[in-house]
Amino acid sequence: MNDIVLPVLWAVLGGAIRVGTPFLFVSLGECLTEQSGRINLGLEGVLVLSSMAAFGGAYLSGSPWIGVMAAMLAGALLAGVHGVLCGLRRVNDIAMGIAVMMLGTGLAFYLGKPLIQPQAPTLAPIMLGSTSSSAQLQAALSINPLFPLGVLIALALAWLLANTRWGLIVRMVGDSADAARAQGLSVNRVRTLATMAGGAIAGLGGASLSLFYPGSWNELLSSGQGLIAIALVIFARWRPLACLWASLLFGGAGALGPALQSVGINGAYYLFNAVPYALTLLILVLACTPYRRLQGAPSELSVQR
Amino acid sequence: MSLPANAMRLETIGLTKRFGDFVALDGVSIKVQPGTVHALLGENGAGKSTLVKCLSGYHAADAGALILDQREQTLASPTDARRLGIGMVYQHFTVVPGMTVAENLLLATGELPGIVRWPRVRAELAAFMQSTPFQLDLDARPVDLSAGQKQKLEILKQMRLRPRLLILDEPTSVLTPQEADEVLGALRSRAHAGECSIILITHKFREVLAYADEVSVLRRGLHVASAPVSTVTQASLAQQMVGEAVSATLPIERQATPAAPARLVIHDLHAHGDRGTPALQGFSLDVAAGEIVGVAGVSGNGQRELMQALTGQRRILEGSIHVAGTPFRGTRTQNRELAVRSLPEEPLLNACVPEMSLADNLSLRTFDEPAFAHLGWRKPGALRSLAATAIAAFGVRTRGPDEAIRQLSGGNIQRVVLARELSGRADLLLVSNPTFGLDFAATRDIHRRLLEARNAGCAVLLISEDLDELMLLADRIAVISAGRVVLTCPAAGADRQALGAAMGGIPHDYPPPVQLSETEIAA
Repeated sequence: MNDIVLPVLWAVLGGAIRVGTPFLFVSLGECLTEQSGRINLGLEGVLVLSSMAAFGGAYLSGSPWIGVMAAMLAGALLAGVHGVLCGLRRVNDIAMGIAVMMLGTGLAFYLGKPLIQPQAPTLAPIMLGSTSSSAQLQAALSINPLFPLGVLIALALAWLLANTRWGLIVRMVGDSADAARAQGLSVNRVRTLATMAGGAIAGLGGASLSLFYPGSWNELLSSGQGLIAIALVIFARWRPLACLWASLLFGGAGALGPALQSVGINGAYYLFNAVPYALTLLILVLACTPYRRLQGAPSELSVQR
Repeated sequence: MSLPANAMRLETIGLTKRFGDFVALDGVSIKVQPGTVHALLGENGAGKSTLVKCLSGYHAADAGALILDQREQTLASPTDARRLGIGMVYQHFTVVPGMTVAENLLLATGELPGIVRWPRVRAELAAFMQSTPFQLDLDARPVDLSAGQKQKLEILKQMRLRPRLLILDEPTSVLTPQEADEVLGALRSRAHAGECSIILITHKFREVLAYADEVSVLRRGLHVASAPVSTVTQASLAQQMVGEAVSATLPIERQATPAAPARLVIHDLHAHGDRGTPALQGFSLDVAAGEIVGVAGVSGNGQRELMQALTGQRRILEGSIHVAGTPFRGTRTQNRELAVRSLPEEPLLNACVPEMSLADNLSLRTFDEPAFAHLGWRKPGALRSLAATAIAAFGVRTRGPDEAIRQLSGGNIQRVVLARELSGRADLLLVSNPTFGLDFAATRDIHRRLLEARNAGCAVLLISEDLDELMLLADRIAVISAGRVVLTCPAAGADRQALGAAMGGIPHDYPPPVQLSETEIAA
């Protein structure tokens, strides 16, 4: 019995971090964007474009960290398009987000065509389990170097939003645009900057897709993970630290299929792979009712009004 | 009398403001003495708000001068006004709903430190609040606060800036009489201590007479009169305000209607508010044919949810609604069969399709009935003549039946909805805040229509936050507090103080509704 349960457990735990890291970055990016009162569905496009940019940057420069920089830049720029266009009169952020999502994936496919074949240098894992004799433990504890950065960003975001001038302004803009205007703040400027910063953070998720796991670039890389991460923000009630736990939960769910396969349980491989999607549906059904508003939701979100 | 230290002296000379051809403010000259409470009285559209917006830097006046402490000043922006020590408390809430009281107070200063040292800031805020008459929990969020507490937070935000002139735009419209007394009393003692001067916009005579030192009356943009409060009476103020002698009289006679069985029976109704918190908690009330039952209460005690539950807009968790003995669910079929009609608050939002024409909106209840449709096709001629009749009968001012309804003014939209709801048979009329934001003439017109319906034998449930309206129109008044009826009494001779007490501080362990008899009220 232990021969099956322990390896699966380790694989799920390792998978939670490996698969969950892109979720973490995208949900943190969306969390910041939504705290400023705007929804960016385009983060799915940001994820795909930035993973292409990361791979291209690493391939051309030979350094994976330059690839990470390129991913953040690409994410910020694409999110910036969303931010600026949503500031125009009578532009709906949901519709614009879908357009940006398609623009991002389209651009990535177009620019990324020559990048499908070659190998780029990938990020070296942090080997936490190197002293262990178990190969499974070693595999589970070889951690994406971007993951600790994600944890740091989650902690920093939670602290910044509660304790700094910058965080209070973002939240005020997200909760009452009128109050912010009365203070002489430019609502559009704050939202555009928050959207761009959110895009840069989400770009890190793209980098961890193409430079760590799976560690290559192709057009099916994201398979909707960006959209799942946006749903995660609702589950996390717009709290950065809750985004961390939610991402790990979803990462673990995503790793369940491969983990079972690795110990020889193949029966329902595709069914287990569908667990994150089913979980998303379940969470949204449980979290939302037509009879009340969600606790913790920024009041200015277009879906709240 | 020595000159108070901090309070500002303000004088306007011939202040004029035009919007296109419309003169909102026509040569207004008023004087506010330092350390006093100056009331601005006037009907809707009299120019009160325009005047204070000129004083707080939101509008630039087209002509005239503004003199602060004997120096002429021009205010180019609200920031200018704030710098000179003018603070403004708006009619609508400007607090950030999802952020804590402490965060709101910190944001209000407009000077945020890069990093907030919360322990120190909180200690400072707690000390500041100790020095004011209002106490609020620093960790509470405005979404969970009552309207009265939110209003106190608005005033605290301004006090934190130590203004030299504080302008309040109808600060008591959402407060119970007791809360209003508390807030205004505290503000007046601050003014008399010389800490600031206060301009108080209101339409409540009682507040002017009890709390102001001087009063200025505006009518249609003109400055009608200014006088010390000690020299005026309610009658003289009312006459200056509306320009003719009026008193609170019924527009038409209240006819005796025969005692009738209850047409609407609400029993033990429970429903949640928008955020999933209990809003109606065991609300029970009967309305008989030929009577108006008024539901009084402070905004936010379940009135909105009650109306929504009655009109089928909100799910009922427990309890029952019966109309003429039939369980009522507010469907279109039932509305038609039982002749239930409704006039919800904010009619453009709740009772109209804003982009559709006036004629289409007038026919929303009847467009598929045989008179207006044949084999599924509409009869445009019949619809248009219906609209023309309604426009004439209800005195709707419009460019014609094809005008989109959102183009109409509030009073005219209210008339259109009333025309639709009162055309044909109405056995039960559900009404919520029907005259909110309307001028004197429109209000009186709507009151007349409601009384006519009552006299004709219709049962009327009238939910209103205007106690004077209820005392004027209703046969019986039920007070709603925390989602249930805490007091019912006949409207004739009802005691304002008793009603006010019931509207406010009822402890959590509710006594059963008190049924006051006529003699007790008289006593």
